[in-house]
Amino acid sequence: MKTDLIIIGGGPAGMAAALAAYEKGIRDLLILERDKELGGILNQCIHNGFGLHTFKEELTGPEYAVRYMDMVEERKIPSLLNTMVVDVQGGTPCVVTAMNREKGMFKIEAKAVVLAMGCRERSRGAMNIPGTRPAGVYSAGTAQRYVNIEGRMPGREVVVLGSGDIGLIMARRMTLQGAKVKLVAEIMPYSGGLKRNIVQCLDDFGIPLKLNHTVTQIHGKERVEGVTVSKVDEKLNPIPGTEEFVKCDTLLLSCGLIPENELSQGAGAQMDDTTAGPVVNAKLETTVKGIFACGNVLHVHDLVDNVSIEAEKAGEFAADYILNGEEDWGEAVRPKIPEKSKCTLPEGRDAGSQIICIGCPVGCLITVNKKEDGTLEITGNTCKKGEAYARNEVTAPVRAVTSLIRVKGGSGRVVPVKTAGEIPKGKIRQCLEEIGAVVANAPVKTGDVLIQNVAGTSVSVVATGNIPVGNIPAV
Amino acid sequence: MYDVIIIGAGVSGCAVARELSRFNLKTMVLEKASDVCEGTSKANSGIVHAGYDAEPGSLKAKLNVLGSRKMAALSKELDFSYKQNGSIVLCFDEKDRFRLEELKARGEENGVEGLRIIERDELLAKEPHAGDEAVAALYAPTGGIVCPFGLTIALAENAFVNGVEFKFGQMVVDIQKQETGYLIKTDKETLEAKVVVNAAGVYADQIHNMVSENKMEITPRKGEYLLYDKNIGNMASHTLFQLPTALGKGILVTPTVHGNLLTGPTASDIPDKDGKETSREGLGQVTQKAALSVKGIPGRQVITSFAGLRAHITKFERGGEGAKLSDDFVIEEVKDAAGFIDVAGMESPGLSCAPATGEYVAGLIKEMLHPQEKQEFISTRKGIINMFLATEEERHAKIKENPAYGNVICRCEMVTEGEILEAIHRPLGATTTDGIKRRTRAGMGRCQSGFCNPRVVDILSRELKIDESEVKKSGEDAWYLLPLEEKEM
Repeated sequence: MKTDLIIIGGGPAGMAAALAAYEKGIRDLLILERDKELGGILNQCIHNGFGLHTFKEELTGPEYAVRYMDMVEERKIPSLLNTMVVDVQGGTPCVVTAMNREKGMFKIEAKAVVLAMGCRERSRGAMNIPGTRPAGVYSAGTAQRYVNIEGRMPGREVVVLGSGDIGLIMARRMTLQGAKVKLVAEIMPYSGGLKRNIVQCLDDFGIPLKLNHTVTQIHGKERVEGVTVSKVDEKLNPIPGTEEFVKCDTLLLSCGLIPENELSQGAGAQMDDTTAGPVVNAKLETTVKGIFACGNVLHVHDLVDNVSIEAEKAGEFAADYILNGEEDWGEAVRPKIPEKSKCTLPEGRDAGSQIICIGCPVGCLITVNKKEDGTLEITGNTCKKGEAYARNEVTAPVRAVTSLIRVKGGSGRVVPVKTAGEIPKGKIRQCLEEIGAVVANAPVKTGDVLIQNVAGTSVSVVATGNIPVGNIPAV
Repeated sequence: MYDVIIIGAGVSGCAVARELSRFNLKTMVLEKASDVCEGTSKANSGIVHAGYDAEPGSLKAKLNVLGSRKMAALSKELDFSYKQNGSIVLCFDEKDRFRLEELKARGEENGVEGLRIIERDELLAKEPHAGDEAVAALYAPTGGIVCPFGLTIALAENAFVNGVEFKFGQMVVDIQKQETGYLIKTDKETLEAKVVVNAAGVYADQIHNMVSENKMEITPRKGEYLLYDKNIGNMASHTLFQLPTALGKGILVTPTVHGNLLTGPTASDIPDKDGKETSREGLGQVTQKAALSVKGIPGRQVITSFAGLRAHITKFERGGEGAKLSDDFVIEEVKDAAGFIDVAGMESPGLSCAPATGEYVAGLIKEMLHPQEKQEFISTRKGIINMFLATEEERHAKIKENPAYGNVICRCEMVTEGEILEAIHRPLGATTTDGIKRRTRAGMGRCQSGFCNPRVVDILSRELKIDESEVKKSGEDAWYLLPLEEKEM
């Protein structure tokens, strides 16, 4: 088999790279994806917050993925699903070895390859958390897949370690599905998550965030029975005497992502210790001839929008390489690594009166006091918008809700949904009850209205993913 | 009435079972866990010791040297991973050099072949990352490494194929002497056997004490380990031991048969027979001591840590002449319980001894029951294909036979659906994710099952025709998912 361009990975990076190469005139190209559909990890990120840069609107993960899938489909860019790439070699031509059920083990020759394999989560073992080794310790992404794709609950009482966005989002997700999230522990003195997520995923549900704390022991013989949470000193070492036992049956780990570079290393690409990705030049070409890299395999990105932008460039560069031949490699250029967001909060903050402004990245801590005459005294904001936000948060807060609706006769048990607009915060519970009571009939398409006028808010609940007809029985 | 009931499906119990399966005996293995290899046999160094360590004349010495000699042939016969990589005992102080000589002399007395003292330059040629303080070493070319799960499962499967029954999830609660044989009461049923083999690991004292007035006490000796990524598996090619110093018994650094790097174990006596938790202190100690043997092991390459329990006998009132407690295994017919055989105190080098232990115990039973050898004994067993290591032709053939061999489930260790199906449907097949892991390595890689866990749970649920909430990691309570009814989604 021969082609011009192979893209390894059909997530946001792979799809954007393929589309960009197509726009440059490459018609003989192929996406190799190990999962059963394109979209990558976006498919299980059913919350919103994606696409503000790319599409100038706020989308959920599956919606963002579907937009790209539609573009890939319109251009008839071929992909092989359920296909695992086991080896990549650079040169003229590059050779990709892959496996799947239908073709067995096969080799494809290509003029260029774009690596877009994404990243994986740090495991419990990699963090070396002491204790027993029971069931119930999940990386946040594994739990997210169970809940959002398979419609299964991985536990009842949860402790989350790590306050990156995935950890915060999963704290809310588990709560919305009926679990009790005891606390989120974060070893650093700040949260690595977005302020909005601290407000809307933890504060809204009264979930405590314990900064400078970590899990120092896992208990339970067969299933997790609890964890020991300890305070840490400036060197991140646990402080003796601060241990607290927290009863739970589930520990979710959200402690960082690692670019998945087994294939890059197998190809002989030089690696960058700082990014944990391959070394690339200004054209995103690795040190191996004909192999380009983009997205989270290159370095862990903060926003999917930035993955798409970078991947488009990689697609274009790969197309140039195919059409115009190679140029001098030039020098290594380290991709710009986004500064890690550091959300610091005062200890013992009262989330009811001390509000983190989410209007901009500054994230002012605004204090709202109700005066005797009933007016609000608002301090701590540094701009007018902040004052308005705080006033609104105290008087009439609104939220968009993302969750799941059960599906009958589909290829999946659940379909991700969202409220088409924001609803009063006080209506969230009722909204969830109504969402829980509905069973949709497959097929369900993105944008289908599944509930009208949810909780009397005149806002509807719409599907944000596609569930074709299949044979998985309803829950 | 069974001829023989073996209590415990660890490596010793399974080795005995396999040897007994050569004879016309009605044999059963009783195990309280849900699979074979659930206790000491699953969490140890995976070392086939050369045999220089044990006291000359002891059972440990005898069975070790014998077991080590048998291992290579057995690994071919039963198709499990074994490698004779040679072991090295490091000496860090010129003042201790005489101990190396002592060890060498002891080894030679035990019958260990090829022992040699090597100097630092030869050591560095063999192990470029050896610690700066190592001045000399004892080199034992016959030392090896083995997959402890692979060995135990292979023995069990072969025993099963040759007619040995296995019962899982049954705990022995009482044993009564009958006129002939014993009545064994489990938490589920009562069984009868002419001969009982007590291979219950850290619980062998409790089983022993059910039939004997000469009480035994086993105190689990916990050992904590760190397992490292295959990326750095080549930082050691031999098994590197440390000469015991004033600071205590050293720890080892070794490659595993699968190409990881393993360091450990600590040694602490604990009261809890289930106390398999690791500790910050223990793991810290392992890291610190390992650095003496191999320098520059990167901490960020740890993929998991675990603890295992060695069955160390701390008290045994044998009565009469054997009253003095030795450090040796206790493999013998219990003095006041005829037909009851202890295989107790099987701490290190119990794994290395297993092939010899099996024969030794079978020998004792032959004396008691005088069984006939079976004509139809099947001596070989073929393991599950490893698609990762298979040649291109083998892979093609396998995928052609069943497309599931083309579907990769565990990306780190490259384990396919076909291998997992084999693990479930072969003799004594896996019923849990741990069972799958130990048979195929799915989930043993660097992501530690983050990727494959939902997929493996799905396959187990489909193949065993149970709901996903019924799929367990190991024991009854090791569930992954809530039942669907409980949480309306």
